[in-house]
Amino acid sequence: MSLLLDYVKKQLATEVAHPKFKAGDTITVHYKIKEGDKERIQQFSGVVIQRKNEPATASFTVRKISNGVGVERIFPIASPFIDKIELNKVGIVRRAKLYYIRTRTGKAARIREKLQTKKA
Amino acid sequence: MSGIIGKKIGMTSFFDANGKYVPCTVIEAGPCVVTQVKTNEKDGYTALQLAYDDKKEKHTSSAMKGHFELAKTTPKRKIVEFRSFEEAKNLGDVITLDMFAEGDFVDVVGTSKGKGFQGVVKRHGFGGVGGTTHGQHDRSRAPGSLGASSDPSRVFKGMRMAGRMGGDRKKIQNLVVVKIMAEKNVLLIKGSIPGAKGSYVIIEK
Repeated sequence: MSLLLDYVKKQLATEVAHPKFKAGDTITVHYKIKEGDKERIQQFSGVVIQRKNEPATASFTVRKISNGVGVERIFPIASPFIDKIELNKVGIVRRAKLYYIRTRTGKAARIREKLQTKKA
Repeated sequence: MSGIIGKKIGMTSFFDANGKYVPCTVIEAGPCVVTQVKTNEKDGYTALQLAYDDKKEKHTSSAMKGHFELAKTTPKRKIVEFRSFEEAKNLGDVITLDMFAEGDFVDVVGTSKGKGFQGVVKRHGFGGVGGTTHGQHDRSRAPGSLGASSDPSRVFKGMRMAGRMGGDRKKIQNLVVVKIMAEKNVLLIKGSIPGAKGSYVIIEK
């Protein structure tokens, strides 16, 4: 890619202080929703199944099962509507894109959790 | 109409101050050098000839070398004439992005990407046949009838048919300048513009 395009993207990129997360982690996204002139915060929690694109235009997909139906939502990381992101669980997975999880339900759709050691 | 010559770099997107996601095209525009000032007395019309993008001297013909020497500049790749430039300019003047401001409306001229030989559905937006039943079997993207029978006994001129598509000069009007990075001669324009990456474009104000 052109160096100039890289430069422009770097200029446009906004610093966001979200915790580090990757595919396989379980997160809660606090998303600001505008209704008329009121603003409220909605939570969307599920498994991150992919992180996509380079920093300037990066996005991630969160999947959850809602009332037995799989729901996926794509968020741009730089979105100003993301209030905060909570990292709930760190998963152990062997690939970067977890598309295979779409075909699985129940126990088969579980992801091994990386247990955090307590820091003394 | 004032203008500047540039090069399409690529596309990106960002969130603006209102939280809107803005897709934009990155254009490297200028600095351009005035290589000729055409006047009514001498040339029969007024125009400003601008040149952009350095090229090597060994790839320049002697005639063009002399032309660039008159303007005291290095050889350039792309030369474009602008009729009725708003400000008066002299030979050798350098034109930069200064004339543009964020929020300005501009027109962008480029050469669209060549698509090769295309059928009528892609080239002219025909609907195609719309079904594969009632005896149709392999003509779902065919143009259908070209006209009536023995009355004209010919096909009218300008009938839209399959053929070469793309590679034409296209002008997109009223595009918004969303950002200017003067330190790198970069212009960000909302939306897409015709042409491939690296192709020359003219930005008219």
